[in-house]
Amino acid sequence: MKTDIILAGVGGQGILTIATILGATALKENLYLKQAEVHGMSQRGGDVQSNLRISSDPIYSDLIPKGGADLIVSLEPMEALRYMPYLGEEGWIVTNTVPFVNVDNYPDMEFLDKELKNHKKTVAFDMDAVAKEFATQRSSNMVLLGAASIFIDMSSAKIEDAIAGFFERKGQRTVDQNIAAFRAGREKASLLKELI
Amino acid sequence: MKNKLLLLGDEAFALGALNAGLSGAYAYPGTPSTEIMEFVQTNPLTKERGIHCHWSSNEKTAYEAALGMSFCGKRTFTSMKHVGLNVAADPFVNSAMTGANGGFIVVAADDPSMHSSQNEQDSRFYADFAMIPALEPSTQQEAYDMAKYGFELSEKLNMPVLLRFVTRLSHSRAVVEIDTEPDAQNNFSYPAKARQWVLMPAVSKQRNKQLIKDWDGFVKASEKSPFNRYEDAPRHEMGIIASGVAYNYLQELYNGEVPFPVVKISQYPLPVKLIRQLYNSCDSIMILEEGQPFIEKSIRGILDTDKRIYGKLSGEVQRDGELSPDSVKDSLINVVPTICRLTADKIKAVPEVVVSRPPALCQGCGHRDVYGALNEALSKYEDSKVFGDIGCYTLGFLKPFNAIDTVVDMGASITMAKGAADAGQRPSVAIIGDSTFTHSGMTGLLDAINENTPMTVIISDNLTTGMTGGQDSQGTGKIEEICLGLGAHPDHVRTIDSLPKNHDEMVKLFSEEIDYEGLSVIVSRRECIQTARRHAAKK
Repeated sequence: MKTDIILAGVGGQGILTIATILGATALKENLYLKQAEVHGMSQRGGDVQSNLRISSDPIYSDLIPKGGADLIVSLEPMEALRYMPYLGEEGWIVTNTVPFVNVDNYPDMEFLDKELKNHKKTVAFDMDAVAKEFATQRSSNMVLLGAASIFIDMSSAKIEDAIAGFFERKGQRTVDQNIAAFRAGREKASLLKELI
Repeated sequence: MKNKLLLLGDEAFALGALNAGLSGAYAYPGTPSTEIMEFVQTNPLTKERGIHCHWSSNEKTAYEAALGMSFCGKRTFTSMKHVGLNVAADPFVNSAMTGANGGFIVVAADDPSMHSSQNEQDSRFYADFAMIPALEPSTQQEAYDMAKYGFELSEKLNMPVLLRFVTRLSHSRAVVEIDTEPDAQNNFSYPAKARQWVLMPAVSKQRNKQLIKDWDGFVKASEKSPFNRYEDAPRHEMGIIASGVAYNYLQELYNGEVPFPVVKISQYPLPVKLIRQLYNSCDSIMILEEGQPFIEKSIRGILDTDKRIYGKLSGEVQRDGELSPDSVKDSLINVVPTICRLTADKIKAVPEVVVSRPPALCQGCGHRDVYGALNEALSKYEDSKVFGDIGCYTLGFLKPFNAIDTVVDMGASITMAKGAADAGQRPSVAIIGDSTFTHSGMTGLLDAINENTPMTVIISDNLTTGMTGGQDSQGTGKIEEICLGLGAHPDHVRTIDSLPKNHDEMVKLFSEEIDYEGLSVIVSRRECIQTARRHAAKK
């Protein structure tokens, strides 16, 4: 298997947690992995991305070539679109539709919607709402991970193990909530994908 | 027996050093190098063995402390960002003259594309002119392996060894095979050649001759290095020299089967034999290196010839910014289309609705209150100038504050404000963070105090080193005492809490001190919102 993922969001939203959990899963599955992150100044409310590459064969580059990504996974709709040049012909976009507005000239949601719909292979929904329903809003990144997981060739049970491992320190309740969020995201994305 | 871990390049090196018998680490935080020291600080072996891991005041103090530890025969490293090596340049260059005793690795993490820096300087030039051997890992595994190898090389050559990271490797994770049993630490021992550690002219003249002689041995070590190699391939129309992470992008492009011979370089000085071998067997040469054209400059100098050399200087390889699989592909497609036979992919555009999202100061950050009050206090003057510094508060340059006129290097706010005041600038205001102040601001403040220079220094104290993620700041709890100790007048060392409710009081205090025709220091204080949240969560 080989999956190249662009993870996108705004500094502080929690995309690196997704990367950490997929990384731990890949390590357990004895897969190769490279994951380039952004640290430092850009983390202060700016746009952040992480290149995550998982493969059963050795991986050379830490960066995904343009047109090479299988998935754009984003916690924010405009940030999903920022990385379009990296998406391959057959690639999918999985994104939260809740905008994070911290700039004056943030575009109307209507235009963002239109752009997202231009790309047929898009799974987009309000992940904050799903998170609130099944856990707390802070778990929207786990809803996103669940949604993205249907496009990644790793067992969801193994990913859930990694989620449990990640949140273990914070107690069983937090673990359960995050796994519930993951499952809800996975289910919702499966339904939406069927409709496409 | 090997274990596998998922590690950042920075972490891989740190763990490699711990497992290779590290006795002490010395560093000042700086992106992208910070995670090296942080890994050492949190590793159980550090506590078990009592390994030194306290942050230093700046890169120069860190460097010299590490050199002292090497003097005593122990394995040690100092880590810093590329511009940190400017601060430590004095001991760096001179440590080539003293040499090393215990294995000594100097980690400089370069930041091509300037993700979080003010320039793109390439540390390999430093190593070259100081005559210090250097390593440049391509992968996280090499970063791990090079720690032990680097200590051994340092002890064999009796020299410090520079290890050059770039952002892409520092901040990228991969699966790394690690040793399960750490090596023993070195015993305490003094240098065999004690004399060369006293760099007075009579000694240095002799030692310099020896160092020049030793250089040939450094080149031979590079030629035999397991990290430098010649990889043959069938098509000799072109040979490629690829160093560090640039090697990865080349491999990516050809999925591991590059049709041209390649010399991979990860140890310097340059392996002359391998490069000659490539040159003699190929019709042209392409050079792929991350950073400035270091290899290219050396090669063009050595091989003055009619064979074509494609690189950054001749324009075929992207000159500024970090390389990527895309830029390497562009170089190969556009420059040598007949040789490479690659085609460009169709790439989607970024939709026009996407706007940029620059970083900003956090909501609830005290720097915001400082800039809000400072802008108001300065609004009555026509030509005020505010000299800024390095840290989160550099973001005061951007909207909505547009509050600072210069940012140059660590500590330059105070000294530039002084020079401007000397030239007649009124008001002349310096704004500096607490960690930057103890890093490089204190000496400049002493100059200003000694002349009672008419200027205002605002120390925006957030009790941490914020920009790099909240590391301990060396002046915490004693900023005012430091200023008073340096001789600042007690009437003009004033403190206030940077809080929205204090806005009017802050404006008044700033105005009073700006109007004072002499040196004043205002310590405006509020804990960083990020570390405050972390501390609250711990409770």
